[in-house]
Amino acid sequence: MNCTDLLSHLTDYFDDHLSKELREEVRSHTAECQHCKVVLNTTHQTIEVYKGNELYEISPELRERLHSAIMAKCSKKGSPC
Amino acid sequence: MPTIESPGTEEVHPDVALVARAKEGDTAAFEQLVRQYERQIFRVAQHITQNREDAEDITQDAFLKAYEKLDQFQGNSKFSTWLVRIAVNESLMRLRKRKTSKTVSMDEDVQTEEGSIPRDFAEWRPNPEQLYNQAELGDILRKTIQGLPPGFRTVFTLRDIENLSTEETAEALGLSVPAVKSRLLRARLQLRERLSRYFRQKKEGQPA
Repeated sequence: MNCTDLLSHLTDYFDDHLSKELREEVRSHTAECQHCKVVLNTTHQTIEVYKGNELYEISPELRERLHSAIMAKCSKKGSPC
Repeated sequence: MPTIESPGTEEVHPDVALVARAKEGDTAAFEQLVRQYERQIFRVAQHITQNREDAEDITQDAFLKAYEKLDQFQGNSKFSTWLVRIAVNESLMRLRKRKTSKTVSMDEDVQTEEGSIPRDFAEWRPNPEQLYNQAELGDILRKTIQGLPPGFRTVFTLRDIENLSTEETAEALGLSVPAVKSRLLRARLQLRERLSRYFRQKKEGQPA
């Protein structure tokens, strides 16, 4: 496995969709290639830092306002469908 | 002792019953669906449009559309995926309206490799959470995701922020699974590259 191969398998690697053999190839490549090791680690950290930080949390007030607006619009339309 | 398996033990998503009741005119059932997904729809819309007012409008429009078209929902996909698809379409439409000179679609920026080839090879130490307080970190993450092309931003939002599966993301965006995977890879690599400017380990003697 070379660096380009590693990149092409990166999504499946993170989604745990790689075969045992390919996973092992990723592991042995990153054991030797410092650049790919860093790319793998920091891409993982990129995903985790976005997962761990809610960027657009809706305030309870806004949520209530939106909710009321949605239901008011829907009831104007009558029954669903 | 052999276990007796009754037919139909496959788990049915609780939304199925709510949708069925809503289709029969039960507004309370629809309201429950709104409660369950309003936050998610708002987040998705805000991530794609990067605009709070647009996200508010889109959230209302998406649920109203879902309400009007509930009979068209066949149950082949999850209700939430169907709803996200409506919200994504509304959001992309908003972006198109805003940028009259530039087309905004899920197909744009596919050709460009720019930013998708790793160039920064420094580890992130200490962790971003140790390096910045929560408000600063939030600013950095927002600013960075804003810089992604809308098509990439949308895939990353659904897949990595909202935790849809690759298949659900493909369904919500009307893309093939390989197309989602390719955009997701580029989105992740571009974000990594841009975040490295903030989070990369400083060389000794370099100001923090």
